[in-house]
Amino acid sequence: MWSKMVAIARREWAAYFNSPVAYVFIVIFLVLTGFMTFSVARFYEAGQADLRSFFFWHPWLYLILAPAAAMRAWAEERRSGTIELLFSAGVRPWEAILGKFLASWLFLALALVLTFPMVLTVGYLGRPDYGAIAGGYLGSLLLAGAYLAAGQCTSACTRNQVVSFVLAVVLGLFLLLAGYPPVTDMLSRWAPGWLVAGVAGFSVMPPYDALQRGVIDLRDLVYFASLIGVLLFATERILAARGLGR
Amino acid sequence: MLEAHDLRKNYGARRAVAGVSLHCEPGAVVGVLGPNGAGKTTTIRMLAGFLKPTAGTVRVKGIDVVAEPARAQRQIGYLPENTPLYDDLTVTEFITFMGALRLGRTPTLVRRVAEVIEACALERVRHQGVQTLSKGYRQRTCLAQALIHDPGVLLLDEPTEGLDPNQKHVVRGMIREMAANKVVLISTHVLEEVDAMCGRVLIINEGRIVADETPAALRARGSRHNVVVLDVRAPVEAVRTALAALPGVARVEGVAPAEGPSRLTLFPEPGAQPTPAALEAIRKQGWVLESVRQEEGDLNEVFRRLTTSEEAA
Repeated sequence: MWSKMVAIARREWAAYFNSPVAYVFIVIFLVLTGFMTFSVARFYEAGQADLRSFFFWHPWLYLILAPAAAMRAWAEERRSGTIELLFSAGVRPWEAILGKFLASWLFLALALVLTFPMVLTVGYLGRPDYGAIAGGYLGSLLLAGAYLAAGQCTSACTRNQVVSFVLAVVLGLFLLLAGYPPVTDMLSRWAPGWLVAGVAGFSVMPPYDALQRGVIDLRDLVYFASLIGVLLFATERILAARGLGR
Repeated sequence: MLEAHDLRKNYGARRAVAGVSLHCEPGAVVGVLGPNGAGKTTTIRMLAGFLKPTAGTVRVKGIDVVAEPARAQRQIGYLPENTPLYDDLTVTEFITFMGALRLGRTPTLVRRVAEVIEACALERVRHQGVQTLSKGYRQRTCLAQALIHDPGVLLLDEPTEGLDPNQKHVVRGMIREMAANKVVLISTHVLEEVDAMCGRVLIINEGRIVADETPAALRARGSRHNVVVLDVRAPVEAVRTALAALPGVARVEGVAPAEGPSRLTLFPEPGAQPTPAALEAIRKQGWVLESVRQEEGDLNEVFRRLTTSEEAA
């Protein structure tokens, strides 16, 4: 089980770096996080030794960048027919799904690690709460995982990477906005309370905000883990419905 | 070794495969022939464990492919139609990846990669990107991944499609050699492939097997099987009468061209071999025999008859 998953993860990881995708992605991620933090959120003017203005933008960046990192996963296998090689070589669907997901997650984790100068900067300028920063990074990583799992799911729906990308952005937007005050306020005007709570419960924002503040609640971790699990399970079901991977 | 029983596959209301059974042992290349859309690829995909049959079973060395795909697939090497490859890898990287799925990252893997690169004559392109390969090398690279785990069963979907005559010759030679100790099943819609390498032919039409024979037996079904064509310097009617009187001759047709010898076409009765008697009769009359040839029967004709639906029905 593990050796096949690892072989697939290694191959997917190499696929990022065999093409310009990895470099373009990482550079754009770093430039945008820097731009958002320093120019848009006015990091220096705020005068606070924390990374809230940095983490604030991550959900929006991932909304575009995570689907871009995940869209290839299944769409390309199906378009080129290599999926036939994979599923005739004794690979089980779960091994392939987990391998592909872990490779993309590690790849986003690498991009996140490369933002370490932000930590050095606040550390140099003041006395930040490193617990909150660690929580912020953990939240950001889990958020990236949720978006990537959504991307896996939409990539399994189609042979077309662009369609996969667009669907993943829409799905990501739902996860993001479900708990966004303008949406919940609008809903609460006419919808019953339980429905508002139900929809808002899907949102990635409350658990992400809690982690950013350095509050590591087991429920939030379970939320992210189950969200990722459900989306990957849906991926497996979508493939099976297409007669792929049995 | 490879057995399928009453395999069926429906796509919605359409029946792609409607009850295919087969049994293959090592020794001869089995050719699956059929017109485009007859169900060849669907059948091979089910044998390979890639597609789940709507009904029916496939067993490889006794292992059920549907119930235990991963275990059964250890015994199967599969070359899909159109030779899909991961275009961002080099030849060695591609074979190593496919091998790692099959064998894990073991010392065996390193040895096997070297062996299949040699067996498929890929040394010259081993560090080349898959994307830049010619069609012939793509085919052999994909064949190499099918061989990496030394499977007992090889399923090759149109292995020589799109190759030039020289490349076809090389690939066919490799396939023939492998059939000595493996079950080798190829699909094709090219009849010359049958003569080039198959010892047994399955003809599929509309999702069913309509013939399962050796190429020679298939030819014998042709309307011109064992027909003898003789060119004789003599009056056509005289020769025709003499030959028609021989035992084992069903009928004789004769034409006398404006120039040259008379041409006589002798149709034997089923199972009869009247050629020696015919030659003897011509010699006795003192006629000059310019040429003689016995036809084997035309595969094209048999194929057409078996796969054009109005007659197959």
